[in-house]
Amino acid sequence: MTELRAGGATAAPAGGSPAGTPPGGAPDPKRRRRGRWGKYDRREAIAGYLFISPWIIGFLVFTLGAMVYSLVISFSRYNLATNEATPIGLANYAELFDDPRIATSLANTLFYAVLAVPLEIVFALFLASLLNQATKGAGFFRTLYYLPRMTPAVATAAIFFLLLNGNSGAINQGLRFLGLEGPQWLVDPDWVKPSIVLMTLWGVSGTMVIFLAALKNVPRELYEVAELDGAGPWRKFRSITLPMISSAMFFNVIILTIAAFQIFDQAYLLFWRDQSNASPEASLFYAIYLFQQAFRQFNFGFAAAMAWLLFVIIMSITFIQMRFGNRFVYYEGDKD
Amino acid sequence: MAVLGNTTPLQPVPGTTADTRRRKADEDRIGGSARRRTAGRVVGYALLVLFSLLFLYPFVWLLAASLKGRGQVFDNRLWPREFHWDNYVQVFDELPVAAWMVNSVVIAVLAAVLVAVSSSLVAFGFAYFRFPGRGFLFGLVLATMMLPGAVTMIPVYLIWKELGFLGTWVPLFGANLFGSAFYIFLQRQFFLGLPRELFEAARIDGASYWRLFWKIAMPLSVPSFIIVLLFEFQASWNNLQAALIYLNAGQPSDFTAPLGIAYAMTRYSPTAGGQGDYQFVMVASLLVTLPMLVLFAFGQRYFIEGVATTGRKG
Repeated sequence: MTELRAGGATAAPAGGSPAGTPPGGAPDPKRRRRGRWGKYDRREAIAGYLFISPWIIGFLVFTLGAMVYSLVISFSRYNLATNEATPIGLANYAELFDDPRIATSLANTLFYAVLAVPLEIVFALFLASLLNQATKGAGFFRTLYYLPRMTPAVATAAIFFLLLNGNSGAINQGLRFLGLEGPQWLVDPDWVKPSIVLMTLWGVSGTMVIFLAALKNVPRELYEVAELDGAGPWRKFRSITLPMISSAMFFNVIILTIAAFQIFDQAYLLFWRDQSNASPEASLFYAIYLFQQAFRQFNFGFAAAMAWLLFVIIMSITFIQMRFGNRFVYYEGDKD
Repeated sequence: MAVLGNTTPLQPVPGTTADTRRRKADEDRIGGSARRRTAGRVVGYALLVLFSLLFLYPFVWLLAASLKGRGQVFDNRLWPREFHWDNYVQVFDELPVAAWMVNSVVIAVLAAVLVAVSSSLVAFGFAYFRFPGRGFLFGLVLATMMLPGAVTMIPVYLIWKELGFLGTWVPLFGANLFGSAFYIFLQRQFFLGLPRELFEAARIDGASYWRLFWKIAMPLSVPSFIIVLLFEFQASWNNLQAALIYLNAGQPSDFTAPLGIAYAMTRYSPTAGGQGDYQFVMVASLLVTLPMLVLFAFGQRYFIEGVATTGRKG
């Protein structure tokens, strides 16, 4: 039997019924079938395609096909009643520059991302460090901290809708107890985005868990050696911890940025749920406006153009982060 | 710790202020002493407890608010003035919460099982078989993870419209039949960890490719399969946007849990001209959160390991 496997990389038996293959020194049956299939075994390859066929179908229809059609729609005026896409050239893209709410929603989204991502990173890393240093009960605290992550966004929004109330909300009551006058979180345009950041920070434990896993991988000896050399806590953090967890940091920054640019649920539930006109423009995020254009106004052409703009923005930012970030990321075994 | 053992002889007899002052000076000179370490640990635990309170406060607040009477929801008392246990009965008359929960469970189970099985199938295809274009196609799988959902949102809507599924639950789980990039990646990683000889030996014994997958790979991948199931169940349970797109125009009793809560918020929110019985929103929110907490109680290890090893953000 071992001889059957001796053929090197392509040794997988080809026949559907290898039991019928005479053992010992039988000529490799698939060698005859070579040619068009090169180094591949034809039966194995076909079976492989069959196994991945669900994804191929889904990709062709729901990803590639949808992308192409989305592009077509973005250059058209779409009539939902007749399902007709009338080409109108670049008009939808020109509209992106004319519609002041595009600029507003982009600015809001960018502002939110710039505020939220660093705070999430710092807070998650801080919590992870606390957990990492706890010798006893770390698992217990980690479980507690993870609970908000399990809370559906709707429930979080329903709770914070009242907690953040400017007059009677618990958060301002707590601040008053400390002698501070809290803002009108959900009404004052300046505090709309911090409100959402606060909700996001409550559920920061996903990021925290990733940092915690990275922190646990930092070899203890590094700290001990640094202590011998008289390094203080800050020095140890900056010169050992940060470089050693830089790939987790890199990953978290990219993922959180992409998520921040698509912020929808919390803003929708707190401000845009009932389509009233009272919603502060400061809460008009890009994904909210896109959703309204697509599924409230059924302005498919314009919404598709908006989606492609978002795509280009996210890709550019991710690309910049990758180019920039790679210089700071330390990879194991990669001495620079 | 042993490294810093030399600090011990330097510590003077405790008691006098002079001793304390000198000890402080010693500690500063030497760097972190055992004493400072203990102090640091105490501060660390104090902070851990403080953050626990902050993280738990909204839950306790929610529980309390769900038991309060009309108009008392806003008083922020963690111990209600009077307990309205009947809120938990009345809510079912006020809102079709039971229907929302059942709808969401059905959809989430279908979504999770479909995506877990199809993704495993595809993942096994990429992990075990050798075929032309495999690397390129798997690169495509990974690339689709970067695509913002907004880009395909409208054409996908039109596909479901064309197929006559608008207003049904199908769009909320239908695409899961074709696998999902992240889960394919996760399962493939797991399959790659299995020794190839295991499968080759089975082939020699006459096992079909399907058998390799179903009888060998799948039983061995139960842990990561559970991670996929749990992640997708949670994602489906939380999915507000799809429900807004496909179900918002229908009957409230056909809503999913997140869409239902959004509906209840509008209906009872005093600021939106609602009726002010916000305690029902609180009860409903609590009921919608409970299944997730139960899931976490049983699958905590899978959730945390899943997030830690794959970087999934839920």
